[in-house]
Amino acid sequence: MEKFITLQSTCVPLNLEDVDTDQIIPARFLKATTREGFGDNLFRDWRYNSDNTLKNDFVLNNPRYKGEILVAGKNFGCGSSREHAAWAILDAGFKVVVSSFFADIFKNNALNNGLLPLVVSPAFLSSIFELTEKDENTLLIVDIQQQTISIKDTNLVESFEINPYKKTCLINGFDDIDYLLSLKSEIESFETKRN
Amino acid sequence: MGKSIFEKIWESHVVKAIEDGPQVLYIDKHFIHEVTTPQAFSGLEKRGLPVFRPQNIVATADHNVPTKNQHLPIKEALSRHQVDTLIKNCNTHGIELYGLGHPYQGIVHVIGPELGFTLPGMTIVCGDSHTSTHGAFGAIAFGIGTSEVEHVLATQCVLQMKPKKMRINIDGELSKGVLSKDIILYIISKISASGGTGYFVEYAGSAIRKLSMEARMTICNMSIEMGARGGIIAPDEITFDYIKGRQFAPKGEAFDIAIEKWKQLATDDDAIFDKEYSFDASDISPMITYGTNPGMGIKIESKIPTVADVSDNERLGFKKALDYMGFEADNNLVGKPINYVFIGSCTNSRIEDLRLVAQMAKGRKKADNVTAWIVPGSKKVENQAIEEGLDKILASAGFELREPGCSACLGMNEDKIPSGEYCISTSNRNFEGRQGPGAKTLLASPLTAMAAALTGKITDPRDFI
Ligand code: SF4
Repeated sequence: MEKFITLQSTCVPLNLEDVDTDQIIPARFLKATTREGFGDNLFRDWRYNSDNTLKNDFVLNNPRYKGEILVAGKNFGCGSSREHAAWAILDAGFKVVVSSFFADIFKNNALNNGLLPLVVSPAFLSSIFELTEKDENTLLIVDIQQQTISIKDTNLVESFEINPYKKTCLINGFDDIDYLLSLKSEIESFETKRN
Repeated sequence: MGKSIFEKIWESHVVKAIEDGPQVLYIDKHFIHEVTTPQAFSGLEKRGLPVFRPQNIVATADHNVPTKNQHLPIKEALSRHQVDTLIKNCNTHGIELYGLGHPYQGIVHVIGPELGFTLPGMTIVCGDSHTSTHGAFGAIAFGIGTSEVEHVLATQCVLQMKPKKMRINIDGELSKGVLSKDIILYIISKISASGGTGYFVEYAGSAIRKLSMEARMTICNMSIEMGARGGIIAPDEITFDYIKGRQFAPKGEAFDIAIEKWKQLATDDDAIFDKEYSFDASDISPMITYGTNPGMGIKIESKIPTVADVSDNERLGFKKALDYMGFEADNNLVGKPINYVFIGSCTNSRIEDLRLVAQMAKGRKKADNVTAWIVPGSKKVENQAIEEGLDKILASAGFELREPGCSACLGMNEDKIPSGEYCISTSNRNFEGRQGPGAKTLLASPLTAMAAALTGKITDPRDFI
């Protein structure tokens, strides 16, 4: 996993609630047996018409909006456990998703791949949507060490929660599997004790 | 203070707790299927690791498989490759696979319970969100992502934050024509598609206690549709009777000892929950969804809400959903024509579901405009249906019983609903395009789905009972 400490970027505002994983990456694109290449089909059916032409009214097709931060309405990532959703978002070049609320499995999947699911208050989320609507060059600054997100050139700043263990993993690029493997003998003695 | 069933099972499976962090949870049973595992196996291989406890894993192929002519090779190359990759991985690592052609093959959440792998007190995971189904037996069962599948393959453990506890009580009598699918659609319509996020939900109350195991599975199955990590129902005599005699369940003395242990699992009277809801069973009607998430459900006799009924920040999503579905606010659904009906999925594809729909179809005829797919959840369910003559009853009403698989629950195999068409579906998700690009899904019970298949319109199933 890549190390992740701070990020300053414009964002892509997806002002919708309950964005489910079937929208993020539809099931028919889950047939690959590797982790790469899912970004092309991120939000496939919102981005493309059935004849593969671009839908102009979808924000990812709007040339005004670019950046490494995706901002979305509450309950982002609900639905299936497909980790392909996190892979697709990363593969499309995002490093952070901001929302007021994430579905549990999506949150775990994102963190396990170094994608930060960043929870802000509904008010802060509205401010991001309002400001980026007016000015697409609005910059967001994410500082994992300090656990803050701010909107540049405004006095808007908010701290966000991240579990200390997960924070260490993100900052150092650690994977859970390394930690679990280090517990092998404890796991074995747990098994023996139960039997 | 007393403990809930969830806490009792959770605590007995913690190998280690990281301070202020996740806990290392030992997993008793790991179910796997072809879609969410290939990257996990290749991750292991990259690290040169073996599968730690292959005997604790049960594998099947379900998402990609066709539901007709399963004896022929899978036509679509990518689907075939995924299924072949699963076969190869299971062979390499000594994992039992109930793949295509095997008498135990079926949807992963149908075969686990019916073969007796799913037992009370267990921790169960699968790279699939509807793993919550297995909670009906009094097990902690939840879906995980592919990285976590890799963790479990390598160490039989996952790192999890302990969820909060919620209890939902349903007391009283259910009315005629109301099934457990209606109970869960009703609950989700009340607490929303995100109302359970962060929680593990226990279902309790007299109406739940009376339900069969299959009906309980339908409820736990859809826990994830309100965002909950999982659902759980304390085991009782109904549970023990169901488990008794199943292929892989404990037998004889071992079974008696197990029952004594399982009886200790129920939530203590003085346990406290972070959140609790209570609903009256008699208030529940046959339910149907009108929108694009499972929380957008109404009683079939009611009208779609008005714009004024929904809160400010939900309004955009509400309008978008109605736009997609081609419905209008404040309208009735009953009487609207539909051309597709899907009866199947890990929510409603068990023998009791098939018995109910066959009973309703008996002596009646499928509407000409309707294409109906009736898909058993497993080979065992299919065989049982044939043994009971349900296939014949269905055939004389113009329906065909297909072969087991996820089928039209998700647009991944050959069974897709065409763009723009309405489908009354007994599955669990009505997301945009879930059943195929542009497909419009209305979730309902097997009875409501069959009623629509007979009339070609959205129909109150109570008209046929
Ligand atoms: S039937 Fe549907 S919900 Fe169930 S496991 Fe298959 S795809 Fe998932």
